Parts: sequence; structure tokens; C-alpha cells
Amino acid sequence: MSEAFNPRIVGFFCNWCTYLAADLAGTSRMKYAPNVRVVRTMCSGRVDPQLVVWAFRNGADGVLIGGCHPGDCHYQEGNYKTLRRMGLLRTMLAQLGIEPDRLRLEWISASEGERLRDVMNEFSAQIRQLGPLETKSSVISSQSSVAQAAP
Amino acid sequence: MIRLAETAGKLPGVVVSREYKYACSDPGQDMIVQDVRKYGLNRVVVASCSPHLHELTFRKTVATAGQNPYLFHMVNIREHVSWVTEDPEAATAKAEALVKAAVLRAAFLRELEPRRFPVNPNVLVVGGGIAGIHTALTLANANKQVYLVEREPTIGGHMAQFDKTFPTLDCAACILTPKMTAVKQHPNIHLMTYCEVGEVSGFVGSFKVKVKKYPRYIDEDKCTGCGECIEACIFKEGKTPSEFDVGLSKRKPVYLSFPQAVPPIPVIDPEACIEFKSHKCPKSCVEACGDRAAIDFTQTTREVELEVGAVVVATGFKPFDARRLPQYGYGKHPNVYTSLEVERLVNASGPTLGQVVMRDGRKPESIGVLHCIGSRDENTNRYCSRVCCMYSLKLAHLLKEKTGAHIYNFYIDMRTPGKGFEEFYKRLLEEGISCIRGKVAEVSTWPQSPAEEGKLVLRVEDTLLGAVRRIPVDMVVLSVGLEPQADSGQTGRLFNLGCSSDGWFLERHPKLAPVDTFTDGVFLAGCCQGPKDIPDTVAQGGVAAAQSLALIDKGCVEIEPVTAFIDQEICSGCQICIAMCPYTAIQFDSEKSVAALNEALCKGCGTCVAACPSGAAQQNLFLDEQLFAEVQGVLV
Amino acid sequence: MAKPKVAFYWCSSCGGCEEAVVDLAEGILQVVEAVDIVFWPVALDFKRRDVEAMPDGAIDVCFINGAIRMSEQEAMANLLRRKSKLVIAYGSCAWMGGIPGLANLTSKKAIFDYVYHQAPTISNGSAVEPLPRTDVPEGELELPEFYEKVKTLDQSIEVDYYLPGCPPTPKITLEAVEAILKGALPEKGSVLAGDRALCHECKANASKPEKLLIKEFKRIQEVIPDLSKCLLAQGLLCLGPVTRGGCEARCLKAGMPCTGCFGPLEKVHDYGAKALSALASIVDSRDEAELARIFDAIPDPAGTFYRYSLPASLLGGRRQVTSDK
Repeated sequence: MSEAFNPRIVGFFCNWCTYLAADLAGTSRMKYAPNVRVVRTMCSGRVDPQLVVWAFRNGADGVLIGGCHPGDCHYQEGNYKTLRRMGLLRTMLAQLGIEPDRLRLEWISASEGERLRDVMNEFSAQIRQLGPLETKSSVISSQSSVAQAAP
Repeated sequence: MIRLAETAGKLPGVVVSREYKYACSDPGQDMIVQDVRKYGLNRVVVASCSPHLHELTFRKTVATAGQNPYLFHMVNIREHVSWVTEDPEAATAKAEALVKAAVLRAAFLRELEPRRFPVNPNVLVVGGGIAGIHTALTLANANKQVYLVEREPTIGGHMAQFDKTFPTLDCAACILTPKMTAVKQHPNIHLMTYCEVGEVSGFVGSFKVKVKKYPRYIDEDKCTGCGECIEACIFKEGKTPSEFDVGLSKRKPVYLSFPQAVPPIPVIDPEACIEFKSHKCPKSCVEACGDRAAIDFTQTTREVELEVGAVVVATGFKPFDARRLPQYGYGKHPNVYTSLEVERLVNASGPTLGQVVMRDGRKPESIGVLHCIGSRDENTNRYCSRVCCMYSLKLAHLLKEKTGAHIYNFYIDMRTPGKGFEEFYKRLLEEGISCIRGKVAEVSTWPQSPAEEGKLVLRVEDTLLGAVRRIPVDMVVLSVGLEPQADSGQTGRLFNLGCSSDGWFLERHPKLAPVDTFTDGVFLAGCCQGPKDIPDTVAQGGVAAAQSLALIDKGCVEIEPVTAFIDQEICSGCQICIAMCPYTAIQFDSEKSVAALNEALCKGCGTCVAACPSGAAQQNLFLDEQLFAEVQGVLV
Repeated sequence: MAKPKVAFYWCSSCGGCEEAVVDLAEGILQVVEAVDIVFWPVALDFKRRDVEAMPDGAIDVCFINGAIRMSEQEAMANLLRRKSKLVIAYGSCAWMGGIPGLANLTSKKAIFDYVYHQAPTISNGSAVEPLPRTDVPEGELELPEFYEKVKTLDQSIEVDYYLPGCPPTPKITLEAVEAILKGALPEKGSVLAGDRALCHECKANASKPEKLLIKEFKRIQEVIPDLSKCLLAQGLLCLGPVTRGGCEARCLKAGMPCTGCFGPLEKVHDYGAKALSALASIVDSRDEAELARIFDAIPDPAGTFYRYSLPASLLGGRRQVTSDK
């Protein structure tokens, strides 16, 4: 490969745990792979599977969802709802030719800056190994309201 | 940064794009205000630090410029990009993607109004150690009603167990007990001892708290605190290790933790009391109580509901359990003590009335004080417990004063940063305390020479001498570190507090918001936030009180409108969202056959939005189209 | 005033939509009275050349059902688009790809391998596969090209309105015809059915428990459901909450949980992902292993949640990986 594959990863991080862990990794000046681009949500429970699918459609090679540890959710149990949805979504993604490993769910608390760094690095490496996803080739653009996403 | 500003300037809808070093500074904010006015901007994106730091700052800036503050979006290119990315080129590319996402997202922002709620002026203080006591008194003196909840039968916390305080050698009880009494007498403080917070709901300004009140088996309203029941108990001697004396003395089934306990109301321990076991006790205590009839064996745990506007968490610490380091022989060699035990031992009202008599009845002639037990140790806790060097020196002084023994202090580094601390250390050296730099490896009882016979032998590398030494002593004091309470995780969950990796509660900002937490209206005081000494604890308690007052006296709180809403024109009434909401904010309107959301109860997690199969539920500031745009943006 | 000219055409479909027109029963008489049917291959003997001979825009309304699987269907769709003022995607296949669209879970190669080589009923000694062009001594033979992917009608041509359903119900068909005749059509691109999910018109909706949570998914053959109660609450995988209403809950009245043929609502971007989210959300467990066990009862989530909408979904179908090509 002349030009190394640089995975594009969307991170959905909850405001209270994983996003803060990323802030902490920052203030601690930990260095990690630049591949994950973070979209902040208040709770991982806000991450609609539609958003994951939308990310893959738009060229994401991987999606990382970060929430609070089970039992530690800022909203009591939003992360459990994420757990319910993402497990089934991974099964469905596999049917759609998207390796389930491209969707990762991690519980990272606000204090786990190091863990955040490690997950960022590991996941980036894992996606690099899986290679580019390139869903765009198999998506036919549509005029109907079904596949029309908001913007 | 200049390149970033240039590429941002070319994004759709961007009218003006600037690079500025300190956007949050006055001139930086001013620049934004000027631009909003000059160009009539209706969206503002700032790419700088974490929104947790300055989102509010810039919202205000945008409002100052006459725009709706929610037409603003913040991009975190410092904590999430520049500080964590090695390659500058990759960092810039990442920042560009995030800025593009923000600009695309911003197009879908809508004008919103902050939600305003009244603030209940009452405050809950959790924990009745010196931190909680000081906080409660400060608030009560400002004429606020304070609920002080303590799970032990008395307030006072660890400080009440200490003998003297460093470096001034004030008697801890002499300075603490007047404050404890003040708490009891203060008309604005509702003291709830032997109570624990069980459930917390609500939000800043209006928390609902359920407090479990454990049975004392003595009616607090009827008891006069005379103590005659204790005298009259059929147990003539105590048989249960005293919690207050860390097991160095025994207490009866009916007991007062210590003579100055507040409230001065005894407790009956059902585990020890014969009446609970056999129901055959002659109940001499009841007889002694007489007409006061305060003893009530039928009491059960009750639940009390409180409504408060702010909470100060001051749940303290627990001493490191020295048994976890078996090489020091605690629990095995009787003459190995923890520092807290020695506090009781040297205390004039302690189990030996201040006589330093070891468990084997001897008086020590040589004592080794071992610093950093459970602190600065890869195997236990990596952090420094901050107070041990100083209290170890204090104990060395007190032990020397009481016994005349030769005292060795074994330290890794002598940490004496504080007012009068270094002077105290100097004074100790002059008193003839031996300070040996080195961490003791082992406390053993295997003599290798006649001098070691019958002694505790400390094996240590004296790093100043560069040699391994064996030092025989009679008594060993383990200066145990401070650890988070065993149930701090549970407390954290109650109040939605984060913990640092060591388990201490996380403050909102280590420098600029040291007592605030990520839960608005919940503040921290004392050691639950991290090890600290009494002056720092008191100072922090004062700050927590001041922060609570600032919140209460404002009278209302503004909350970011991150709430969900339901478009009833679209909603089918399928009720999937109802099961999602942990706050019962969504109810089924059976008349219209749609879901109805109560904004006041919604906390804005958005899990109903992710579940809503119609797209009828949406979340302010996190609308579907905003997130879809943002995802698209980060991927280009 | 001349009667409006109406055409019907079928692309990749099962024929059910044609049946649905016939199902209008007496209603069809009204329709026939009101309109002039100029093209309807399944019932009337018109040929392609007849359509080609019409001036552009000569047809007032053209109802096309079925998905686009082959080049010939796309060519006809294009032709009819040119000749028609209004094109209506009739039925779920035309709107979203429908059942034929599930072929997007596999590839053309895999389909051909099975259909022309591996199927037990096939005897294809010389391993022949259909080719778009074949040279024979008499000249060149042409066959429609079998596309790599199934497309929705609007992925081929511009569509004015959509009538959902597998097939569309007589009620929404008649309502659409009436709207056309009266010139009372909504905004272009609209789906001519209910604008809320099916639950809103389902009689059993009021029976839902206070918190709609389920511990297991049951299959329809395993239970005799109580039809007065919500099927989903009884553990039957009913897609009523996710699916556009307007069908009068006909399946539900017959004890059949909704499979989603009326497609998504306006604000939903991907039917399958949304359906999955809604259904997974109400599974009452916090344990990963237990969740996995519960979800085992949905062995084919893609087929379940994208049953009618795979080609129209955000991902369109299975990703083309090297081994498929």
C-alpha cells in the first residue's frame, strides 16, 4: 500500500463519562490515534441505531459508542438501553456485510483517561486491520423519504 | 490554527472565521460580540476547549451580542485534538473535520429558552465529620435550614478520635466538641444521626431525598442523655469492641460512642443485647430509664423524606486496612498498631487514659513509626495520603512525650508542605526523633542477635546510608493512608458523582471548581474528594457552604434546555418511550391516545428519542437532524 | 371533459398489487367509469409500442408496482415516466423495494449460482447462465440485464406519490384515486396513507401495560394470542409501533402481528434501524448473555426489520465484499 489506510471512526460519547474521560486524557496530555471523531450526546442511550447506520453509510469505517459503566449511568440506566440496542444491531450489521467488530460499545468512566486512550488506539488499530468499509459503492441514492436523511 | 480558520471560512454558511488565542478572554468574547453585531450572524461556532469548561461562557457571549444563546455550538479541539495528537498534520485534519461537523450541525440549531426552576432553600449535608459540621454550621449561621445526616450514632467523624492535631498540637476534642455542641443547639440544623441517605431524585434546586433512619431502640425525643441505662445494663463490663476506640476497649450493648457524643443519646446494639437474643433480659435499663420510658425495643428502620435545593457530600474516608500488607504483621504481632489506634492510645480519655501500654502490658522503650502504609505504593494506592507524614511526626512527638522511648520514623520522602509544618519537623528532629529514609520491608519476630530477642525487628534499606539495616523495636506504628469509603461507589451513584481512578469523588474542575461536581447542586467537602488535613477540610466545607448559598440565594436555577419533547401530531401513542424514561416524565394521554412529556421531570438523556419508532420524540440541542448533520460533518 | 387516462404497470412484483386493484370489487366499476385505462398489461392487451406511440405526458396517472430488478423494468419505468404526468409507486416493492428487495442481502452471483446451478430442481449440464446478449446463428439475442442490486422505483425514476402496502389496501387505493380525481393531492413526494404509526388505529393499543416491556419474543405459531390485547405486549414481534398506519390494522384483527408493509413514518430515516431500536429498547434485561438469548428468537433481524425496505434503507443491502464479487 502506497498510502496507508487511515480509518475514519465516529465516536458517540456520553457527556458524563466517556466524553469526560476524553477531556481527562487531554488534560493529562496522553497521546492517541487521531482516527476517532467524537460526537457528544448527553447519554449513550441517545445513540439511535439509525445514527450508527448513517455513519456507516457516510463513510465511517467504524463506530465507537462510549457510555458510563453499568450501574453508573448519569441517567440511571440509559447505558442498559444502549446495550439492548447495540447487541441486536451488531447481528443485523453482520447480515449487511458489516463486520460486527466495526461497532464497539465501551463503558469508560470519567476517571479512566488511560483506558480511553487505550480504547482509541486499540479500536483504530482493529479497524485498520479490518480495512476500509466502503459502503458508498453499494448504496443507491434515493429520492424517496425512506432513505432520505435529514440534512 | 490559521489553516483551520481558513478552511472553516470556506464552509457553507460561514460568513466570518477567525483565529484567536484566548477566545474565552474578555477581548476574545468581545470580538465575537462585535462580529455577531457587524455581520448579523445567527450562528456561532467556537473551536477551543471542552464545552464542559466554556460552553456557558460562550452562550452568554452570544446572548450579550443579542442572539439566542442556543444558536451556539462548541467544538473541543484542545482536550480532544491538540493535546492528544502527536502528528500536527493529523491533528489539523481532525480539527477540520470536527469544525465542519459543528458548522453543518449549527445550521439546524434552534432558538431555545433556558428552563428556570425555583430553588428550595434547604440544604442536605451528608456526613457529620468536621467537613459536614463546618458546612452545616456555616449554612445554618446564614439562616438556612440544614439537614445533617450522619450514619454513625454520633457526629464528629474521624477528628473526634484524634488526640492532638498537627502542627499546633491543639487537642482535637477541645476544638471539635464545641462545634459539635453548636450543631446540636443550632435551631437551623436538623441533626439526623444513625441515618443514611437511601434515595435521591429530582435535580438542582429541588432534590427529593429519602433518608433511612435506623433504630436506636432509644427514643431520641424522650431520652435525656443521662446515661443511667448504660450504668444499669446487666453487662457489668463491656464485651463488644468499641468502634470509637478502634477495638482497644470494650463497650456494652447499650452505649454512647464517647462521652462527648452528639447527640448524647445511647444506642442499643441488637447484635449484643440479650433482650434481642433471648427476650429474657430483666431489662434493668428500662427500669433505670423509669418514667422517661425512652427505651423502645420495637423500633424499626424508618424512612424520612426531605426536600432540599442543594446537597453537600462530606462522606469522608476510611483508614487503609493494614491487614492488606501482611509483611508488617498487623493483626499477627500484638505490638503492631495502626496510627488511629495510637491516637486513641495516647488520648487522655482513651482506653488506657493516655498511658501508652502495649497489648502485652509493657511500656515501649523503642518505637518504629512506618510512613506510607497503603500510600505511594504500587500494590495498594499510588497516591500520597497527604496527612501521614505530619501525623506520624505528631504521634512520634506524643509517644516520646508519654514514654520517653526512642522513636524512629521511616519515611520515603518527608512531606511537610503547610503552614508551620516544616518548623514542626525541625522541632521533632531537635527532640531527638530518628528519621530514617527508607521504606520498611518487613516486621518480623525472628531474632538474629541477642539485642533482637523479644523485639519486633524492622528490616529497612536506609537509603541515606546506603545499607540494609535491622532495627529492633518494642512497638510498631503503621501510618495508614486514607482510602475512599468502602461504599463510595454507591454514594456516587446516589448523587450521580464521578470518581477518580482512585475512587475519590470527582470535582468539576481540579482548580477552578474544586467543590462543584458534574451534578449541579451537589457539592463536595472534605476527604471524600481526596485526602486532606483538617484546615483544608474546613476551608473546603466553607466553600461548599458558600457555593450552596450562592445557589440558594439566587432563588432560581437556569437549566440547559436539553429536554426531550414529543410531537403529538406524529406520535402514535405506542408507549415505547414510557418504559424508557427513568424519571416517569412521559405519561400516556389516553384521551388523545398519544404520549405526553412533562418537561419539568425530563432530565434530557434522550433515550426515548432513540427508541421512538415514529421520530415523534426529539431532544432539544440533540435533534435528529443536528446529530445526522454532525455525523456527516465529521466524516468529510 | 375527457376522462383521465390511467396506466398500470408491474415491475418486479408478485402480482399481489394487481390483485389488489381487482380487490376493489365493486369499487373498480366506479374507477373504470371515472377513468380511461390506457395501459394494463396484466389485464388488457396493450403493447409497449402502444405506449411509445403516445405523446409525452399523455397518461394522466401511472401506477407502477414492483421493484426494479432488471433493465427491462427500468426501461419501461423510464418510458412510462416520460409519458405520464403523475407516477405513483404502488405498493411496498415500488416504494421501498419490498420482498424482492431482500435479494440485496445477497449478490447477483450468489443468486445465479443457486438458481442456475445448485437448486435441487435444476439440471443445467452446460452451466448456462442468462446473458444480456447471446450470439446465435440467426443473429443476436437479447435478454434483460439482471442488476446487481434491486432498486426502488424512485432510485430509477422520479416518483410523485407513494401508496404503501403489500399490497395497498382497497381503502387507501380508492382514497388515492378520489384525491387524484378531485385534484386534492398533498405535497409531491407524500406517502398516501396514515401519518401516524399503526398503534394509533389499533384497537388493542389501549390495553398496553403501564410499562411496555417484554422478557421474550414469541413466534406466532407458538401462542394463541389474545386479540383484545396488544400483541407486542404478549411478546409477539409486532412492528405496528414503527409502521405507518392507514391499513385499518387488518392483519392485527386477524391475529397476525404487523410485519411493516406500510413502511416508515415521515421522520424516520431508516426503517430497519428504527424498528430494531424500538423493539430492542423494550427488552427487559440488563444482562448481555440474557439479551443475546432473548434476541436469538429473532434469527434474521435484517429480514425482519428490513422486510419491505432494504433497497430503500440507508445501507441499501449487504455490502459488496470481495468474496461476493
